[in-house]
Amino acid sequence: MSEFARHPSIVRALSLGLLLLVWVGAAALTADASILPQPWALGEPFARAAGSGALPYHLAMTLGRVVMAFVPAMAIGVALGFLMGRYPAFDRWLDPWLVVFLNLPALVLIVLCYLWIGLNETAAIIAVVLNKIPNVATLIREGARALDPNLDAMAKVYRMSTMARLRHVVVPQLAPYIAGAARAGIAVIWKIVLVVEFLGRSSGIGFQIHFYFQLFDVAMVLVYSLTFIIVMLIVEASILQPLERRARAWRTA
Amino acid sequence: MIKIDVESKAFGETEILRDIRFEVADGETVAILGASGIGKSTLLRLIAGIDEAFEGEIVRPSNIAMVFQEPVLLPWRSALQNLTLVHPTLGEQAARGALERIGIADKAGLFPGQLSLGQQRRLALARAFVGRPALLVMDEPYVSLDPQTAEEMLELTEALIAETRPTVILVTHSEAEAKRLARRTLRLAGRPATIIDGADPPAAKREGTA
Repeated sequence: MSEFARHPSIVRALSLGLLLLVWVGAAALTADASILPQPWALGEPFARAAGSGALPYHLAMTLGRVVMAFVPAMAIGVALGFLMGRYPAFDRWLDPWLVVFLNLPALVLIVLCYLWIGLNETAAIIAVVLNKIPNVATLIREGARALDPNLDAMAKVYRMSTMARLRHVVVPQLAPYIAGAARAGIAVIWKIVLVVEFLGRSSGIGFQIHFYFQLFDVAMVLVYSLTFIIVMLIVEASILQPLERRARAWRTA
Repeated sequence: MIKIDVESKAFGETEILRDIRFEVADGETVAILGASGIGKSTLLRLIAGIDEAFEGEIVRPSNIAMVFQEPVLLPWRSALQNLTLVHPTLGEQAARGALERIGIADKAGLFPGQLSLGQQRRLALARAFVGRPALLVMDEPYVSLDPQTAEEMLELTEALIAETRPTVILVTHSEAEAKRLARRTLRLAGRPATIIDGADPPAAKREGTA
């Protein structure tokens, strides 16, 4: 029993089962499906939303925005973080900005972007990107500070080209930080995307949640949120985790 | 010909090196001796061009190789890639030949972490020699090795120097190592450190030690 109970995937499954049990118990206690429906009662609304094409459409819209925000946020964040970690002067100038943006609530940035740029797609994406860049930059800066000076010296003596240095000396050292920033990044970005959609878009999971929130339709709110959570967990497990494992392969070989 | 003329090297307020002038003829091996912490490694970093913040002038060829105190390999690339990535013009055949020469041909696909420390050091030596450098700079390459491994490394270094004939500047604190590899020995001492012995031209010195 003790061997069995210690296996990570079994513990994970049991733990999730327990959460489901709490849900069932809470739903039984409320005894009102309009406040908290039983898990199995979501099957019918799920089938309806999926069948009508609404669920896939809004899911695709949200995923599109996540990707559109994720790519520039990572690219800019990695570049800034690297420069800040490498060049102290750059860091001194940019660090106060980072502190300001890190402490600016996501909601404030979103509202300001909508007010200044307008209720459009550009404003939505910019709001998410601005929210995420400071976190990525902070994480990558730590990585850039920890770069091995001996490897730097080696690359310099042997006159490795800039591209070769980046690819074979710098990026492998930053890889764990980039992977960490990507995983933390996607987790934060999809949550902010929902808020952005909730506040000012007419498509996406966030918009649908807003819509069903106004109808007090708890079941549909749950259907949309749970579907999206499951999709994001699949993205994490099937894309991000394998990438991270690959970047670490040499450590465990 | 390598000409070293370091007027002054300081870290902040602390002057480490002053008035270090010497020349090394092509193909000559020179050892720099001195107590630890005296500034030998600092001087070597100036010679290798890693550190460019000093007063003075150093004339050196552009094709330089360096062997560090640690192997300083790319741990995330295979042994073979550690040669081919650093020397892109080398070609895989030549790289495999170099691994063969140092006796780890069968380990070409392994990561440096999977090699023994002795093998990592030999790989670092191979990386230095395989580019046929005009100048080879070695910073206490045998420090912290057990006597047997150090002896193997010394023998391999001697053989590779004989095959490739680079100009060699070697830093060490071991008189025995210096005597064995180098014709000429410079001694670094004082604070800031300067050369107290051996800066005279090689020809004159050679007669004295022969």
